[in-house]
Amino acid sequence: MTDRKTFDRQSVRADFPILQTEVRGKPLTYLDNAATGQKPNAVIEALNDYYAAENSNIHRGVHYLSEMATDAYEATRAKLAGFLHLPDPDEIIFTRGATESINLIAHGFTETILQPGDEVLITHMEHHANIVPWQIACQRTGAELKIVPVDDRGVLDMEAYSRLLNERTKLVSVVHCSNSLGTINPVKEIIAQAHAIDVPVLIDGAQSVPHAPVDVAELGCDFFVFSGHKIFGPTGIGVLWGRREWLERFPPYQSGGDMIERVDFDGTTYKAIPGKFEAGTPHIAGVIGLSAAIDYLDNLDRDGALAHEQALLETATEKLSAIEGLRILGTAPHKAAVLSFLIDGIHPHDIGTFLDADGVAIRAGHHCTQPLLKRYGVPATARASFAFYNDFADVDRLAEAVLRMQRFFG
Amino acid sequence: MSGDPLQQLYQDILLDHNKRPRHYGLLVQHSHHAEGYNPLCGDRMELTLQLEGDRITDAGFEAAACAICQASASIMTESLPGKSLAEVAQLEARMQSLLEDKETTDPEADGDLAALAGVSQFPARIKCATLPWHTFKRALKQETGGDHDLGAAQTE
Repeated sequence: MTDRKTFDRQSVRADFPILQTEVRGKPLTYLDNAATGQKPNAVIEALNDYYAAENSNIHRGVHYLSEMATDAYEATRAKLAGFLHLPDPDEIIFTRGATESINLIAHGFTETILQPGDEVLITHMEHHANIVPWQIACQRTGAELKIVPVDDRGVLDMEAYSRLLNERTKLVSVVHCSNSLGTINPVKEIIAQAHAIDVPVLIDGAQSVPHAPVDVAELGCDFFVFSGHKIFGPTGIGVLWGRREWLERFPPYQSGGDMIERVDFDGTTYKAIPGKFEAGTPHIAGVIGLSAAIDYLDNLDRDGALAHEQALLETATEKLSAIEGLRILGTAPHKAAVLSFLIDGIHPHDIGTFLDADGVAIRAGHHCTQPLLKRYGVPATARASFAFYNDFADVDRLAEAVLRMQRFFG
Repeated sequence: MSGDPLQQLYQDILLDHNKRPRHYGLLVQHSHHAEGYNPLCGDRMELTLQLEGDRITDAGFEAAACAICQASASIMTESLPGKSLAEVAQLEARMQSLLEDKETTDPEADGDLAALAGVSQFPARIKCATLPWHTFKRALKQETGGDHDLGAAQTE
C-alpha cells in the first residue's frame, strides 16, 4: 500500500473528469451518488488499458494475454478479500451487482433450505432488490416473509426485531444503510441476536461500502453483497461474499462454460467455489475496473473522507431544514450522507426537473423502496446523496436552487 | 425569458391548471372508470367519464401526481365534455404531435393544450403528460354501466 494521503477535497475533485463538466450550461452539481458513483481517472484508464492492451478471455487460454487477464481477474478476488477484511478469496463471487448477488442467495435458499412454515425476516426499509427475490423464494417454497417495522424517524424497531426473530426464521436479510433515508442500521446487534439462535444474516452493503470502510469479518454476518458502480467502479460488476459452508451447499445459479469440472451426457460435475457460480465469460473488464476503484479507495484517507461527507450532511440538513415548507424524510441519529426531502405544493418529479435546469442532479421518485414510502404516506421524495468529492459549494447550489424554485412556483 | 426551456415547460397556464385543477373530483354517476399509474415516478390518477352514445357529457379526475401530469389531466378533462369520441381522438393526436415537437402550436385552435408543448423539450417528462390520456383510453374499455356508483366501480 502506498502512503495514504490526507484527505484533500480539491485534489480529489480533480481525479473525477465528469466533475469538471457542465450540464445545461451550468457546472455539474452531482448529488445522485446513491444511484451511482462517478468514476475516477484511474478506473477509466484501467478499463481503457485492459481493452487496448490486455483484452483476452480468462481461465482457458495458454497464451500470454489470457494468462495476464486471468491473473488480473483472480488478483482482484484476493484484493476484495483484503478490502472486506476476509480471509478466503474463494468465498468471493463476482456477479452483475448487489441485485444479482441477492438473487443468487435467494435461489440457494429456495433450492436447499426453505420449507413451508419457515420464515425469512427483512425490514420495512429494504430496497426492492432485497424484497422481491425473497417474495419469490417464499412463493416457491411456502415460506413466509416477515417485516421488521421502522419508526417515524426511519429507525428500525429493534424490539419488534427481537420478537419477530424465532426458531422458524431461516434467514435475516437487512440493508446496512438505507438508500432512501440514509439510516445506518445496527447490524452488529442484528447479527448477534440472530446468531444467538443460529439464524444466518445477509447484509446488503450497496449503500454502506461507498461511504465507509466495512470490516465484514468483524461484523460477523454470513453473506455480504455490494455493487461495483456505487463504489466508483464500472457498472455491471458486483460482489457476493458468503461463508464457504453455505456456498458449497447451494446448487449452481447459472450453468454453462467455465463452471464445470467435467461434462458428460450422463452427468456433469461442477467446479469448486467460486468457479461454480461464475458460468460463462464474466465481466473481466468490470473486475479490472473494480480493482482500480478499490486501489483508489485504499489510497484515500477514508476517515477524512467520511468526516467530510458527514460535515456535508450536517450542513445540507441545516440549510434545507431552514427552508419554509421543506420537510426532511429520514432523521435517524446515525445516517450516511443521504437526504430525502419533500416540499409543500411541489411534486418531487417537478423538483428534479427544476434543479436539473440549474445543473443540480438529484433523484426524484420512490428509490426502489415503495413499501417504505407507503409507510410514510408519500409516493415519492426528492433525494440528494453525497460522496466524498462533493463540496460545500454543492450544498449551497442545492439550497439556492430550491429557494429559486419555490419563488418560481409561488 | 421566453427562450428558457424551464419557463416553456412550466408556463403560467400549466401552473394554473396544476394549482386549480378543473373537473377535479370523481363523478358519482359515471359510465366509465379507470386508474392510471406510472411505476417509474409514482404518479397516480383516477378518471371517471360519463358517455351518452359516442359523446362524452362529463369527466372528472383525482390525482397524486406531478404538475405536468395534474395539469395535463385538468386540460384533458376540461376539453372532453361535449366532444364525440372521434373529436377526442383528433385532440389526442394533436397533443401527441405537440409533445413530439412535430407541429407548432396554434394558440387559437389549441387553447390550453398549447401549454403542454414545452414538455417536448423534456423527454423524461413526456410520460407525465400522457398518463391522463392513457388512463382515458383504458377507461373507454372499462364500461361501468349507466348509473354505476363509485364504490362499486372501485371494487372491480
